[in-house]
Amino acid sequence: MDTFILIGITGIGLGALYFLIASGLSLIYGLMGVLNFAHGSFLTVGAFVGYWIASKMGFDITLPKFIFAMIVGGLAAGLFALLIEQLLITRLYERHIDQALVTVGVSLVVGAVLGGWFGNDLRMFPTPVWFSTAITIGGARIPADRAVYIATAVLLLVGNWALLKYTRIGLIIRAGVENRNMVNALGINVQRAFSTVFFLGGFAAGVGGVLVSVYSNGVSPLIAGTYLIYGFIVVVIGGMGSVPGSFLAAMMIGVIRQFANYYATGLGDFVVVILLAVVLLIRPQGLLGKVRA
Amino acid sequence: MNALTVKDLHVKINESHILHGVTFDVPAHKVTALLGRNGVGKSTTLKGILGLYSGTGSVQLNGKEIIGMPTYKIAQSGVAYVPEDREIFSTLSVRENLALASRSKNNDDALKTIFELFPELDSRAAQLAGSLSGGQQQMVAIARAMLNKNEILLIDEPTKGLAPKLVTEVANALAKIAHASTMLLVEQNLALVKRIADNVVVIDQGRVIFQGGPENLDDPAWVHQMLGVSGGHK
Repeated sequence: MDTFILIGITGIGLGALYFLIASGLSLIYGLMGVLNFAHGSFLTVGAFVGYWIASKMGFDITLPKFIFAMIVGGLAAGLFALLIEQLLITRLYERHIDQALVTVGVSLVVGAVLGGWFGNDLRMFPTPVWFSTAITIGGARIPADRAVYIATAVLLLVGNWALLKYTRIGLIIRAGVENRNMVNALGINVQRAFSTVFFLGGFAAGVGGVLVSVYSNGVSPLIAGTYLIYGFIVVVIGGMGSVPGSFLAAMMIGVIRQFANYYATGLGDFVVVILLAVVLLIRPQGLLGKVRA
Repeated sequence: MNALTVKDLHVKINESHILHGVTFDVPAHKVTALLGRNGVGKSTTLKGILGLYSGTGSVQLNGKEIIGMPTYKIAQSGVAYVPEDREIFSTLSVRENLALASRSKNNDDALKTIFELFPELDSRAAQLAGSLSGGQQQMVAIARAMLNKNEILLIDEPTKGLAPKLVTEVANALAKIAHASTMLLVEQNLALVKRIADNVVVIDQGRVIFQGGPENLDDPAWVHQMLGVSGGHK
C-alpha cells in the first residue's frame, strides 16, 4: 500500500510538471492555432533565469527565496514569449508551416546560445533543504518537492480558471478560442488576448522550467526536449484549447507512466504512447476538447 | 446623406474573384436590402465591408474611408454585424455573450431595449448560448449588435433556417429596430424585405445590377428575372 501511494503521488507530481508546460501550449493552439515548438525554449529561459537568481542567493536558499526565483524565472519566460510573439508569430498567422519552422528555429537558437554560454552539463539548481526531506502520507514517505510541484500546478489551474471565468480578458480569450473572427467583428482587438495568452503560457512554462530543473537534479539547455514532447501529448489527450483537459490528461499521464515504469520496468513511455493512440482513435478531439466545425 | 458608400469593391478569396467592383450606397436611417441568387456575393459584400475579407476599392462610413482597416477598428467605428450563421459563442452564457459585445460600461438602456424586444433572453441569461434554439441564438446575435451605438447594422439572412413562428418574431424585432437604425440587410424572405426595406440593391455574379426602390418587388416578372424566384416566394 505504501508503494502504491508513493507511486501515485510521485505520478501526480510528475503530472503537475507536464501540466505547467502543456497549459500554455494548449491555450496558444486553441486561441491562435499556433503550433508553438518554441515553447520548450520558454521553459529553458525560465529555468536559466530562475537558476541565475537562485544561485545569487547561495546554496542554502530558503523556500520564500526559491519561490521568488521561480516567479522571476516565470516572468522572464513570459516576457521572452511575448517578444517571440510580437517579433515573429504576429507576422505568421494562418501560415502554419512557417510557424512550425520559425518556432523550431527559435528553440534551436535558444538551446545553442545557452549551451554555448553555460555548457550542456547539468548545473545543480539551489533548492531549500526542506525539498530533500520526506512527507509521510498513509505510511508512504513522499519526497517533499513533489508537494511544491502539485501546489504550483493547482495554483496555476485555479488562477487560470479565475482569470478565464471572472475577467474581461478571460472572456475574450474564451470567445477567441471559439471564434476569433467574430470577436474582432464585435470591435475587440483579439490580438491583445493573443499577447496575454503568450505571456501567461510563457510564465507557466518558465515556472515549469524551474521545477523541472529541480526534478532533474539540475538545469541544462537540453532539459526541455522530453518535457515538450510530453507537453504536446498532454495537449492532444486533454483536448486542444482546454486547460482543465490538460490538467486531467497531465495527471493521468504522470500517474500511468509512474505505475507502468514500476510494474513493467521501463515501459512508461510506451504505455503513454499507446494511451495517446487509443485517445486519437476513440476521441480524436481529446478528453475535454471540442470538435471544431 | 449616405451612411455607407461602397465603390468598386473587389474581393478575392484565395484565387477566386468573388466581387467585381460592387458599387452602391446605403442612405442613413434607412433599410437597404441586398438581394440576389445564392452564391452571388451578398455575404461576401458584408464581410468585405467589415474587413473580414480583404478587398480593394472604397468603403466609406459617413465619408470616412474604412477599407483596409482592421476589422475590430471598423466595428469600433460603428459597424455592427449579425452573421449568417449567428456565430454566437456557444460555450459562453447569454449574459457573457452580451457582456463580451458591450464596449461601454453603462449599457443599461441598451439592455432594457433588448430585453423588451426579446424577453426570453432576460429569463435565459445564465443559459449556455449553445443550448438555445436557433431562433433564440438569432436573438442573441441581433442583441449583440444592438448593444453599442452604431452607425450601421449589417444583418445577414436573419430568418434563415428558422421555424415560421420564429421568422415572424425575428421579423417583428427587425421592423422595430429598423425605425431607429441604418441597416444593410441580406435576406431571402421577400415578405420581410417588402415590409421593412426602403431601398433594394441586387447583386449578380459579383456585380450590382440594380439599385432602387422596393416597389419592383411587387412585380413577379421583375423578381423572377432579378432573383430567380417567384414573386410570391417567402
